Amino acid sequence: MIRARILLVVLALGCLRASAAEDDFGALMQLLATRTHARSSFIEQQFLKLLKRPLESRGELTYEAPNRLEKKTIEPRTETLLVDGDVLTIERGHRRQVLSLRDYPALAPFIEGVRATLAGDRAALERLFDVSFTGSLSRWTLMLVPLNADVAKSVARIQIDGTQDDLLRIEILQPDGDRSLMTMRRAAAP
Amino acid sequence: MTQRGAAVVACWLLCIGTASWIVARANYVSDLSAFLPAHPTPAQQLLVDQLRDGPASRLILCGIEGGDAALRAKVSIATANRLRASPQFLAVDNGAATTTERDREFLFEHRYALSPRIDAERFSVNGLQQAIAQTIDDLASPAGLLLKSLVPRDPTGETLQIIARFQHGPGPQNTDGAWSSRDGRRALLFAETRAAGSDTDAQQQAMATLSKAFTAARDAAGPAAAALSLNMSGPGVFAVRARSHIQEAAVRLSLASSILIVLLLLVVYRSLPAVALGLLPVASGALAGVAAVALGFGTVHGITLGFGITLIGESVDYSIYFFVQSQGGNAARNSAGAWRRDVWPTVRLGVLTSICGFASLLASGFPGLAQLGAYSISGLIAAALVTRFVLPELVPATLAIRDVAPWGRRAGRALAAIPYPRSLAGVVLVAAVSILAVHRTTLWNRELSALSPVSLAEQRYDAGLRADLGTADVRDLIVVTGPSLEAVLQDAERVAMTLDRLVDDGLIAGFDSPANILPSLATQTRRRESLPVAAELRTRLSLATAESALDAASLTPFVADVEAARHAAPIAATSLRGTSFAAAFDALILHEGTRWSALLPLHGPGAGGAGDIDTARVAAALHSDGIASATILDLKQESDSLYSAYLREAIQLSLAGVAAIVLLLCVALRSITQSLRVLAPLVIAVVCVAAALSLAGQELTILHLVGMLLVVAVGSNYALFFAHVERGHAPLTIAALVIANVATVIGFGLLSFSRVPVLEALGMTVAPGAFLALVFSALLSAPERHA
Repeated sequence: MIRARILLVVLALGCLRASAAEDDFGALMQLLATRTHARSSFIEQQFLKLLKRPLESRGELTYEAPNRLEKKTIEPRTETLLVDGDVLTIERGHRRQVLSLRDYPALAPFIEGVRATLAGDRAALERLFDVSFTGSLSRWTLMLVPLNADVAKSVARIQIDGTQDDLLRIEILQPDGDRSLMTMRRAAAP
Repeated sequence: MTQRGAAVVACWLLCIGTASWIVARANYVSDLSAFLPAHPTPAQQLLVDQLRDGPASRLILCGIEGGDAALRAKVSIATANRLRASPQFLAVDNGAATTTERDREFLFEHRYALSPRIDAERFSVNGLQQAIAQTIDDLASPAGLLLKSLVPRDPTGETLQIIARFQHGPGPQNTDGAWSSRDGRRALLFAETRAAGSDTDAQQQAMATLSKAFTAARDAAGPAAAALSLNMSGPGVFAVRARSHIQEAAVRLSLASSILIVLLLLVVYRSLPAVALGLLPVASGALAGVAAVALGFGTVHGITLGFGITLIGESVDYSIYFFVQSQGGNAARNSAGAWRRDVWPTVRLGVLTSICGFASLLASGFPGLAQLGAYSISGLIAAALVTRFVLPELVPATLAIRDVAPWGRRAGRALAAIPYPRSLAGVVLVAAVSILAVHRTTLWNRELSALSPVSLAEQRYDAGLRADLGTADVRDLIVVTGPSLEAVLQDAERVAMTLDRLVDDGLIAGFDSPANILPSLATQTRRRESLPVAAELRTRLSLATAESALDAASLTPFVADVEAARHAAPIAATSLRGTSFAAAFDALILHEGTRWSALLPLHGPGAGGAGDIDTARVAAALHSDGIASATILDLKQESDSLYSAYLREAIQLSLAGVAAIVLLLCVALRSITQSLRVLAPLVIAVVCVAAALSLAGQELTILHLVGMLLVVAVGSNYALFFAHVERGHAPLTIAALVIANVATVIGFGLLSFSRVPVLEALGMTVAPGAFLALVFSALLSAPERHA
């Protein structure tokens, strides 16, 4: 009897926790959706089995609602990756490449995942990924696992950590064990 | 019928039989080549080749419209899959992933033959070190994810080097897995036919296959797809449509004008036999015209048949003169005899005048005009001869037609009531000349497209599809000619070195070259021989990666691939099969007999390849690099200058024709005043029509000019008769002229409703022109009574 009661309480608590997480996820998405602009500096480390030591780069990440994302690398060399809608522009030195995001299914999920998170676009996230939210609004983790088998060939999962509407860390794990880790710090308002 | 008469009729029937046989066996073509020069310069030859058989001529562009984007893409993909199974198409592309995949495989497999960077230096310790450092940089870049899997086999990044040379822009937008227009309203697909664009039958079959594939794909996509429609465009499609429009015009308009003229003649003659007999010269003339063209030129241009209608308008006049002025040639043979004596000389002079006019066209360097000349001359001669010799034999003694003399008298009185007829004509002439003077700069249309049998709406749709597909017409290209494929590829590679420099200078944005897809054997051999043997490569790699982040141990696949490349057979044109490069390569190589040409289209410095290229500087750069086999060609300018030359020639020939007519009249009439009296109304009529067309915003084309020649040809009969009107027969002559004029206006008036622009131009010039020629002939023949 008592055991049953404890079980019930535990279950109820579990439900409470789950729905609390559910509420927090919704609140986080709403919070993110209200932002029209975000700018952070980043340090990215790439751990590739192919290489004896990790590659490290630094730069700045800018987001403009609803769908413009710019990743500007400053070190070791200047280059810009700009996604606006479906158009992907890569600039390196004098070379400028304009691509359609749809033509590069290997690149798209990473960009869409980060961009949809920044936009607070829950529908877009859940269309592409199996999304699990843990933590609370003050310290949260989103785990994105691609739903599409083709996409899963290039991305095993994306983990995004943050506090409130700040993204702190994006880790992308590839199926072959290679991974990249981007640590971010919110830039002072321009 | 007399024995002589029987012989005449038998001879006529024999001619008709022969002509019918020739017409039935003749070879008919319907492309723009009617308006391309018969003896072109090399640059024009290239243009003609391009328009007729070039790869661009094989392109069928398709737009799928209606429904929603996903459905359009689905039907586009299904249609393309069906088309790929058809041997009628060399290539089908709609942006679906299948071709892209094969293309990537091809580039990757042949990277050591294709990469422009491959030389002995590239795989030295130093070269490897630099290339690998670059690759590691690339790995860290946003696109590094794409590159990673390539590194163990391609650590020097040759694949990227090759791809960079093929990329000019983002290409068409991709929606739901297939190309779509920029506004997203239609799915795009293009198909390259195996048959040349000038093979109109094959193009028609290809269009049918395409339609069938689309319908099947649409039906398979469920009921929602029923709203989808397919629109095709492209040179072959235009040729097919032009042919059907011309056929339609030739058949439908000939039929309509025949019916109307028959009705007119019935009203006038009130006799079926007279009408039937009256059409004999017309039919004989049309048949003789086509037969003469078939004999003289080997092929008959479809557009020439379209002109057949124009002959109805003039040749029916002869029989009208015959029946009306000889009162049905009836009652007594002497009536027909009197016609022969009094009227025939005037008709004969009219026929000769027309022949002089058209003979000038025979000298034209353009088959379309020359055929028109041959057709008209033989047609008119046949019609006139049949009227003169055959009709009188066939007219039954009992044939009676309505007496139209009262009509003639009434028309004569109406004419006489016009005050100051000559001054009126003079005022009209001055006004028309002033209008022409004001419009003189915009009088002539100087673009070849003015002759296109394609309507403006169709041209606009085509331009829209091309803009969406990014296959905008290339304007400037470099042509390299030589005795073999290897020779032109080698020269194309030399030209590419010069062009690379011009790209750096910003003079051009880029260029395409067949040697990018298939390097010359010499280049492939040079690249292959610069690859080190496996053991040597391993040693160099370990030295080059000593300080690098890249682990030499992971590069075993690279060493194996280089070793394989050292023994691989060179790429040949056949290696391209199954990739989209096959079509691209075919598009850039022309081959005729022992003459090979490689085309290197240039991309303008502006956005999207637009912007004008300074062709003089490009030519100077090529010249200073000593590449003699290469010429730069501005296609748009070339085609427009071709047309300008054509227009100039037509104007000169027309003037020569007019001069011949003047000479003929002076000789025949033995009087300059008489000749001027005949010519003046024709000149005024032509000037008035030109002024009216300019005023209506029409730019005059060659077909308008030909129309004016026809006005002179038809009108000369009116003017000659009016000049002779005092000799009696006045009421009958006037009646005959009015009836003949109505017949002509009906024939050409209908032509102006044609959907073929060139026929429309002819109709809208001749119908009013012929009417005005009659009016002015009448006005100028009247004495200035009210003065």
